[in-house]
Formats: sequence, C-alpha cells, structure tokens
Amino acid sequence: MRSTLRDPSIRRSKGLQRVVGALFAALIAALLIAAPSAQATTPSPSPSPTTFQNNISGFLRDDARAPIPGVKIKASGNGFEGDATSGANGAWTIGVPVQGTYTIELDTSTLPEGIALAEGQDNPRDVTFSQTSNLSVIFAFGEGIVVQQQDFGQNLLNRLVAGLSFGLLLALASVGLSLIFGTTGLTNFAHGEMVTLGAVLVFMFNGFGLPFWLAILLALIGGGLFGYVQDAGLWRPLRKRGSGLVPMMIVSIGLALAIRYVIQFFFGGATQQLPGAQSAEIQIGPVSISPNNLWSLVISAVVIALIGIVLLKTRLGKATRAVADNPALAAASGIDVDSVIRIVWIVGGVLASLGGILWAYYRPGVTFDMGSQILLLIFAGVTLGGLGTVFGALIGSIVVGIFVELTTVFGLPADLKYVGALFIMIVVLLFRPQGILGRRERVG
Amino acid sequence: MDFGFIFSSALGELFSPTTAAYALAALGLAVHFGYSGLLNFGQAGFMAVGAYGFAISTLSFDAPFFLALIISILCSVIFAFILGIPTLRLRADYLAIVTIAAAEIVRYVVTTNQLTSVTGSANGLAAFENTFYAMNPFPEGSYMGMNNRDFFIRVVGWGLVIVCCVLVWLLMRSPWGRVLKGIREDENAVRSLGKNVYAYKMQALIIGGVLGALAGMIFTLPRGAVQPSNYGTELTFFLWTCLLLGGMATVLGPVIGAMIFWVVLSLTQSLLYGLIESGAVTWLTTVQAGQLRYILVGVALMLLMIFRPQGVFGNKKELAFA
Repeated sequence: MRSTLRDPSIRRSKGLQRVVGALFAALIAALLIAAPSAQATTPSPSPSPTTFQNNISGFLRDDARAPIPGVKIKASGNGFEGDATSGANGAWTIGVPVQGTYTIELDTSTLPEGIALAEGQDNPRDVTFSQTSNLSVIFAFGEGIVVQQQDFGQNLLNRLVAGLSFGLLLALASVGLSLIFGTTGLTNFAHGEMVTLGAVLVFMFNGFGLPFWLAILLALIGGGLFGYVQDAGLWRPLRKRGSGLVPMMIVSIGLALAIRYVIQFFFGGATQQLPGAQSAEIQIGPVSISPNNLWSLVISAVVIALIGIVLLKTRLGKATRAVADNPALAAASGIDVDSVIRIVWIVGGVLASLGGILWAYYRPGVTFDMGSQILLLIFAGVTLGGLGTVFGALIGSIVVGIFVELTTVFGLPADLKYVGALFIMIVVLLFRPQGILGRRERVG
Repeated sequence: MDFGFIFSSALGELFSPTTAAYALAALGLAVHFGYSGLLNFGQAGFMAVGAYGFAISTLSFDAPFFLALIISILCSVIFAFILGIPTLRLRADYLAIVTIAAAEIVRYVVTTNQLTSVTGSANGLAAFENTFYAMNPFPEGSYMGMNNRDFFIRVVGWGLVIVCCVLVWLLMRSPWGRVLKGIREDENAVRSLGKNVYAYKMQALIIGGVLGALAGMIFTLPRGAVQPSNYGTELTFFLWTCLLLGGMATVLGPVIGAMIFWVVLSLTQSLLYGLIESGAVTWLTTVQAGQLRYILVGVALMLLMIFRPQGVFGNKKELAFA
C-alpha cells in the first residue's frame, strides 16, 4: 500500500523522500491498526432480530436528547405484524417482508415515568416506504414540543447562515486548491481526498483514546504532512521532469482514485460519527443554528482571515503571490520558488484537513468518499471566483455554499441541491469565463 | 483454486458486451482527447444520456427500437452542444471541470425522487430491452457456449465496435481529421489558416459523444436495467485508463485497452478471491479485495501517465500534450 502512493518517486528516490515515505507508511500502518479498534467502539444499532431486507427503524430520545430504552413499538400491515423494544441507545428496528404502508404504534404504557409523546404526534400512525429499504420514524417526546412549520422568512435566514457556514468550510479547501493552482498550474483532483483524510484522521486518533483537541491537532499535522509528501514524492519530481499540466491533472485523478479506495480499504464503507456530532439547535437572536455550525463558521472565518493577512502582509505571502503571478520572474528576483510551492502544499493540506473536519460535523458523518462528494463544489467555488485567485476562491465558495442551501428554500428538491451550484458554475463560464475576480489572460 | 475456471472467465471478459461498451466509449474519448485534444471527463454522462434516452423513450413512449436509438443519439448531440458552447473557447482544464460537473448533474437529475415516474430514481429503469431482443435473428440454441440472447448482444456490440473503428479511422485520415490533429497540435496555427476551430472542436465533441451514447446502450442492454450508480465519475476514470492503456491517438488502442483492462481486472479479482477462499490470504476480506481493484486502477492510471503516456500502441509524437 505504501509503495502505491509514491511509486513515481521510486526511480528518483532520495534520502529525504525515504524518510517521508517511512513517515507516511507509519501513518498508514497506524490507520490499519486503528480502523478495527475504532470501529469496535462505535455503538451498534439495536439488537432487535431482523431477518428481512426492509427495516422500519428509529431512535427514541427525550427532549434532553437522552435515549429512552425499553419502549415497545408495534408495526402491522401488509398481512404482517412485528414488534421491537428500544435498546440501551434508544434505537429500535422492525424488519418487514415487503415495502408498503405500515401502521406503527408506540405502546405508551411502556414509556418511563414523566415522559410522554409531544403534542401533535400521531400514535398510531401510518408510514410508507419510498425507494429505500429503510424507513425512519421519529417520535418526539416532551411537553410543549410541537413540530411546527417554519415560516418562510425564518427559514430563509436560517438557511442563509447555514449556507455561510458551509461556504466558509468549502472556502478552506478551495483556498488551498487555488493556491496550488496559482503556484504550480496543477488542477488537483486529489484535493477531495485531502479533505477526507482530515476527518478520517480525527476519527482514528479519537479511536485511540486521545483527547479531542489532540486528535484534531494531529489530524491537521497529518494533513500538512500529506501535502508535503505529495509534493516531495510526486509533484516536484514531475515538475522537474517538465511534465505538462494535462498529464499532471490525469495523474492527480489516478491518485485521487487510489487514495479514496486506500482509505475505504482501512476505514470501511460505513458512516462513522465524530464525538459531539449530534447537537440540538440553539437560538441566537432571530437565527436558530446548531452549535457545531456556529463553531465551524467562526473557526473557518478566523482561519481564512489569517490566511488573507499572511498573503497580503508578510514576505512569505508576497513571495507566494509573486510565484503565482510569474514563477520565472519570481525565481529571477531571488525567491526560492520550490520552497514557496512546498509551503503552499503544506498549508493547502492543513486547510483541506480542517475543512474535512468541519465538513464531517456539517453533514454530519465521516465516510471514505466525503471529500470527493464536495470536490466538484470546491471546483465550482474556485472557477466561480476565478481560477488561481485566492480571494476569488473565497468569494466563489461562499456563493456556492449559500446557493446550495438557499435552493432548498426556493423549492428545489433536497436531492438536487448540488445540481444548482454546478449549474451556476456552467452559466458563469458562459458569461464571465474568468470568474468573479479572475483576469482575462488566464482563460485563453 | 480452479485455474481453468479463472482463465476461462478472464477470457470470457475479452468479448463480453461490457468490454465492447468500454471500447466504444474509450474510442469516443480517443476522438475527443487523442485526436482533438479536448479533455472530456464526462464520458459517463454521455453514456448515461444514451442509456436513459433509450430506456425512457422505450418505456414512457413505447417507441420502437430504431426510433428510441435515434432519440438517444439526438439527446447525446444536444448534450454535447450544451457542454461545448460555454467551454470550447476556454482553456482545456475548464472543459475538464465542466464536463465532469455536467456528468454529475445528469446523474443527480436521474436520481432525484421528483422524477421517479420517468427515471425510476435510484432504482433505475428495467425491462426496456425487449424491442432489441425481438430482432434477434438467431434461433434458440447454443452458440459457442452462449444462449442466443447473449450471442446476439455480443454480435451487435462488437459489430458496432468494428463499424465505429472503421468510421473513425476513415474520418481521421480524411482532410477533416487532419485539421482536427492540427488543432490538437497548435490551435492558433490552424486558425490562421482560416479554419473555424470552434466548429471543428464542436463536431469532434459530438462524434465522440455519440460513440459514448452508443456505448451506454450496449452497456445497459445485456443487464436489462439502467441504474444511476453505474454512471458515476469512476466510470469515466476507468474509460480514461482504457484509453491510456491502449494509446490515445490510435483507433485500435482504446479497443485493446478495454480488453486488457477487463482481462486484468477479472484475473486479479478471481485470483484474490481464490486465495482468500483457500485460506492462503487471511489479511484480506472479499469486500476489501473488491476495493483493491479501484486502488489498482488508480495506480495504473498514474503510472501509465508518468512512464508511458503513449500507451501500448501509441506513438509518442502523437501525444495531445508535450
């Protein structure tokens, strides 16, 4: 596995690359050890015996979000009757022979003292399968909880804030992508996997029992290391060889495919949760937002502001912009182009990891393909803002994030919300191909 | 381990309808990238348009086979126009991003629950292949160990591959093809000769896209079902691997590339399964062995691009990039 990721470097392996390769091997080996043990600590769903392919299931939680065990639930319909009792984590599952409409009844006499169904919760109620083999039924508990229809303005505001949070986390990844594009010209299709790696590493280190802050710190370091390894082991040798941009782009596609399935190989195909992924929404002024989204918004805004200050005010930032503008001229004026590119890769890796961790909380969940799911949105943000312009990437990503969230408010079905963003990207290319902040000569 | 079975099933992949479909779609990519220098990363989208165009016109409108065929080809032409108009004037990597995005848009749209009555959503569509098999001239019986249906789809699939190869070969040695290669080498030089580069690129995009749509039909007909999950970005990347294996600016390259691709995949897969079942390999599960194929393809794509970009048959001088 180790060799697969640095094959191209074999011909030219140098001492440094060996060290880096060994580090990376250790990382993968750690993943290998971590994956099974980490999975073992995840609570499994209820122990209810199911022999059927189709399941009706749910989680019973009271208004303080504590699980309610030992509650009996009955399903009947289509000539079938089955029941289940909620487990220690509040989960219940009833297997049914065929998809169709079933009547679900919660036995209120088995509810613990002091807990009752919320007002307006039908019991028994009819539920119908649609498309999938799993059907979730939600029972809300507690006094005064009414499942209410939000009014339009409220919904719009909430989605706007959520979209801003999503856009800023996209921006973390796309600023890195844009920096890499600007300095090396590479359209890096493996950037989505750098996003995935951040979340997977946090999950892994957390599975080791490390404290949460340390897990995040290590994941960010791992992301930076991965960026460095990629540059030193693959992209720099290719640049030295004078490979064209199109072959490098195809190499990055191969790399993306390989890394994605190496991650799946060790991590598995299941969705895992980071600690504290479930959080109730809180009300801030007129906006209701989950604390996770709020944190994500603040963290990404601060980090992006820092990146902006570094780029505009420091020598390193000036050097980076000079390399992005004209590498040959930058080299001639005494800038060490290779070291600037190396730093850009490391920073890009760290930013992508951070974006991945925040994305794992936004979805919520960690999967092996979570990065490639948003790769096209990242591209959309970068193209929208103008390929190679860092601040363009920021603005483009925020536009994409808000657009994705707002389309659901204006009636686009939720399963089409990414389509809107991709469509906007194509339309922008039609009318302003250089993007919002791009310059004309980059396009030609 | 039954080596006889492993090798015979690998050889069976050589002429399977899926291999024919991959060969056709990769041939389309050869027209796009190998001959014209267009970076199309949305070939899976063209295949999906072809497959869904055929299935929907058969199921929703009861169209006869040839009408459904024409509708699906027309859909792919329109799709090529939609892709080409905004992007063909731009730099190559824009086309790459837009085509991959467009292919994903197609996949999202056919997956949405809102269109379940037309596209069947995530479950896809089935039972549209009867108009095709009704034309089967072979009476029931055994043909080289296959039943008449399997034999028919192979004959049609590979017949189509041969016809398309001859057509592409003729096109590329015609004056039109020489202009196309000129565009690949130096767009501005061709433009200075008074050629409409944009129109030539659009024509190439359409021809390759129609090949992709035909491939989509050959891909779905033997399965009797079309499902959106089969048309993800991975499919496009597999096709690129086939193309790069064989050689991108050749006619036979994509065909041989698809054959090598499937034989190697089948061999490694059955060998791994055999080793796992016999207990010789215990550090792998069969699920993980299935994931190894993707890792293998990804690494193969990287290595090919770095060390032998011209593929098995290609000529290094004919590369679409320096």
